[in-house]
Amino acid sequence: MVPEGLYYTKEHEWTKVAGDTATIGITDHAQEQLGEITFADLPAVGDKLSAGTEFASVESSKAASDVYSPIAGEVVEVNSALDAKPELINDDCYGQGWICKARITDKSGLDKLMDAKKYEDYLKGL
Amino acid sequence: MPFISNTEQQRKQMLDEIGLSMEQLFGDIPPELMCKDFNLPAGMTEQRVREHLSEIAAKNSINLTLFLGGGFYDHFIPAAVYSMISRSEFYTAYTPYQPELSQGTLQAIYEYQSVMCRLTDMEVSNASLYDGGTAMYEAMMMALRITGRNKVIIDDSVNPIYRVMIHSYTKNLSIELDQTHCIDGHANRRQIYEYLDDKTAAIIVQNPNFFGCIDDFTDLAEAAHKKGALLIVSCYPISLGILKTPGAMGADIVTGEGQSLGMPMSFGGPYLGFMTSRKQFVRQMPGRIVGQTKDRLGRRSFVLTLQPREQHIRRDKATSNICSNEALCAMTALVYLLLKGKQGLKETAQLCADKASYAFERLRAIPNVRPHFKTNKWFYNEFVLDLPIDAADAIAGLVEKGFAAGFPLSRYYDGMDKSILICVTEKRTKQQIGMFAEALESIL
Amino acid sequence: MKLVFEKSVPGRRAIEMVDSQLPSSINISPELLRDELADLPELSELDVVRHFTALSRMNFGVDTNFYPLGSCTMKYNPKVCERIASYPGFAHLHPLLPQLRMGGMLTQGALRILYEMDVLLREITGMAGFTMQPMAGAHGELTGIMIMAAYHRDKGNKKTTVLVPDSSHGTNPASAAIAGYKVVSVPSNEEGIMDIDELKKLLNDEVAGLMLTCPNTLGLFNPHIKEICDLVHSVDGLTYYDGANLNALVGKARPGDFGFDIVHVNLHKTFATPHGGGGPGAGPVGVTKKLTQYLPVSIVEKRDDGTYALVYDRPKSIGYIAPFYGNFAVILKAYVYILMLGKEGLRHVSENAVLNANYVRVKLRDYYKPAVDKKCMHECVVTPTKKMLDNNVHAFCIAKALIDKGFHPPTIYFPTIVKEAMMIEPTETESKETLDAFIEAMIEIAGLAVTDSEKLKQAPITTPVCRPDETAAAKNLDIACL
Repeated sequence: MVPEGLYYTKEHEWTKVAGDTATIGITDHAQEQLGEITFADLPAVGDKLSAGTEFASVESSKAASDVYSPIAGEVVEVNSALDAKPELINDDCYGQGWICKARITDKSGLDKLMDAKKYEDYLKGL
Repeated sequence: MPFISNTEQQRKQMLDEIGLSMEQLFGDIPPELMCKDFNLPAGMTEQRVREHLSEIAAKNSINLTLFLGGGFYDHFIPAAVYSMISRSEFYTAYTPYQPELSQGTLQAIYEYQSVMCRLTDMEVSNASLYDGGTAMYEAMMMALRITGRNKVIIDDSVNPIYRVMIHSYTKNLSIELDQTHCIDGHANRRQIYEYLDDKTAAIIVQNPNFFGCIDDFTDLAEAAHKKGALLIVSCYPISLGILKTPGAMGADIVTGEGQSLGMPMSFGGPYLGFMTSRKQFVRQMPGRIVGQTKDRLGRRSFVLTLQPREQHIRRDKATSNICSNEALCAMTALVYLLLKGKQGLKETAQLCADKASYAFERLRAIPNVRPHFKTNKWFYNEFVLDLPIDAADAIAGLVEKGFAAGFPLSRYYDGMDKSILICVTEKRTKQQIGMFAEALESIL
Repeated sequence: MKLVFEKSVPGRRAIEMVDSQLPSSINISPELLRDELADLPELSELDVVRHFTALSRMNFGVDTNFYPLGSCTMKYNPKVCERIASYPGFAHLHPLLPQLRMGGMLTQGALRILYEMDVLLREITGMAGFTMQPMAGAHGELTGIMIMAAYHRDKGNKKTTVLVPDSSHGTNPASAAIAGYKVVSVPSNEEGIMDIDELKKLLNDEVAGLMLTCPNTLGLFNPHIKEICDLVHSVDGLTYYDGANLNALVGKARPGDFGFDIVHVNLHKTFATPHGGGGPGAGPVGVTKKLTQYLPVSIVEKRDDGTYALVYDRPKSIGYIAPFYGNFAVILKAYVYILMLGKEGLRHVSENAVLNANYVRVKLRDYYKPAVDKKCMHECVVTPTKKMLDNNVHAFCIAKALIDKGFHPPTIYFPTIVKEAMMIEPTETESKETLDAFIEAMIEIAGLAVTDSEKLKQAPITTPVCRPDETAAAKNLDIACL
């Protein structure tokens, strides 16, 4: 089930936009590919994000995956709960397993992202 | 053919089952790329090869009494070390990727990591690197990653061989290397503080340094940390039987050459690069790391851990390219340290210091032989003397008399033509030291 | 099993270090000494020996079990090589002796071995000169890339990129990256070898070189290898041969003749030196004539009077990549191995390695899905069938089941371009009987995978531990007993 109302990337990140703020995480497909997540390398508040560029990474015991930013912006909050419980990304990737919140500096890139329907189709084609 | 099990008949049978000839098996190689001629000698029997190699070995002078160190030492090795690491269950295995089949190797490496942490007073250790020089290079790269900076300060009392290695490795990278010149055998604080700023990733020093002088780098650690930089200390593990530890000085990364822990000199290798650090930096460490965990039935188990740092998973983003390391040498160091134990290591370290101290007094009593350093009087098992003649000449003269007398420092340091670096380990006897002093006196 | 620290008994000793002739009085200022003794366990020699003997019994090695770990060439390690490396004439030789005046004369035997090994490896690989210094394959790769960089710097070339195939060992991109290059991956085609059209698209003036294993990690020889090298040369790029798979070619064909400029040789694979539970290895690097000037300091030369000398004056050299002459004892063991096998013996190595791999491939063809259904060189890659996967039996389960049959599993999940890969490299030293037993075990497991997959998921049951929790190991990090 791909939740409605979010934007998706081909690299399997999601972002939820509310006003100027974007919440970013990885999708269910991404967490399933990785297996049990053991560590999330988070950005720092104030880090500049540019669309399509890596800004964080998540690891399982035998794999690692970079997380690419869906948007251009600046990190305003990181999910520090992941430091102690990285498995939140496995358990609730669209909820408690979010990675960071960013203030969007350029909204023009949003229309290049996929909606739930398109992302679902994209997953089927993999 | 030696070491090939199948008989001619079996080979034929197997080719039949495959349905291809030997030529066809190699058929993807274009004929023009096959070797026309292969100019190698015919094979040798085991008996012949052993005779042959005995003859070659005899061309190496191993009967010199060694006062030569320079970071590579002639220590006594207990017989049980060789017996244990010669168990082929250890040495014919490879990297413990299948933990169920490698608990022996894995537990040993976990124990190795533990003793190296205890020895250096640090919190984490990797499973080994190639040697002390590449370990220093890896520590430098690790500091660059941790700090996100690109400037490194290194004092020239660090082993010159390691310093040239670091220069070679960084030639293609944009790293600023600032070298400071030690004063009277001590790392040059004034110069280091001049270079140290908020672009500095690390200060690299060594204890005991290349001249054998002992230092306490607590002040350097504090100064580095104030600027957000790290302190990297290279050390000689045997000395830690008595000397203040890098951990107690506040070092962030500790490296060194582990050869002295039970490995023969073997003309330069294989040796053991070790690295310990603080827990907060563990994800930036290079190389393999073994961790303890539990299996399905709750039994104590050991596995390779934090593997996503490594090349086989992270490829071009790995913390290092290292794959094969020096696992058997790490195991050697572990067996050695366990046989020595708490008291034995202290006694060994102390014997080296005592004998060096005795030799120093004995040799400086020779007319016109003087300590090189004027105010710095603390040394461990190596020291520098100034001779009335060129040191390289003196060393050549002493080879004739059966001694490898030391290392001529002019090879790496300007203005030290008459300076000789002399090393004494626990293997040297009072009698050998006396004969050495007489021989030296006779050629001056 | 107990940790060695749990076996410590206060006051127990294995070795006492005293010298009655010299008084003991540490002549060092107290503030430079450690406060407490290093907390090493206190054991008797017997305690230590029992501990390690017990540990050794929890290991598989080539001497105990068939070890077809793909890409690692786990062949038999001859005992004579160990014996010779322990000769005092080699083991007791201080590496700084040659740096004394006329010191080279004190180490003529050792220098001769380094020199002759250089000559032997030149002949085996078709290169013009070698450095013995790299201490492992990956270290050789880094050395090779540094040579590549020195060449381009010297020519004033502005090169930024190193190409590696998508099927490469992880060390290739890692080595290129830490030497300062951007890494670009070249895709394989459907036949499992490098796609030449894709390579052409990626070639431009920024390409410093290409790194390649040949045969590749699928065990396939690329018949277009010469064309690939020529293409890279056309943009003044250099070609790097990752020697991990040289066992397939030794005595038959030479990377120098294919057009490679830089080659590393894994002595611990092709030339039978022990893997040591992960190391030490040795990775000498050979280059073509135009690149010999960049080889590290020092190299050994043979003089007209028949003596051997180290040459340090090498102005174009990349410098020092190791403190001395490489892992000398490892080089020595490989040298002994090559002398014993000689010309004919080495040819038999590659022939039997390729024969054994193909025998396994053909015998398993009906039970597992080949990654590529064609003849292979020294190793073959197979995967579970769709039926097995539908039954939730993966390469991982098959590997664990093999353990209970007494075999070390193949390399699994590599190369990454093949899903569920199982990479089998039997090596030439194994007999048909061993291969038949392995094949029989694989076939039996294939049957269970369809009929009784639950049983496979319990494996292994014959080992001291079963499927340790690697996730917990990474999350609750315990990497030292303090």
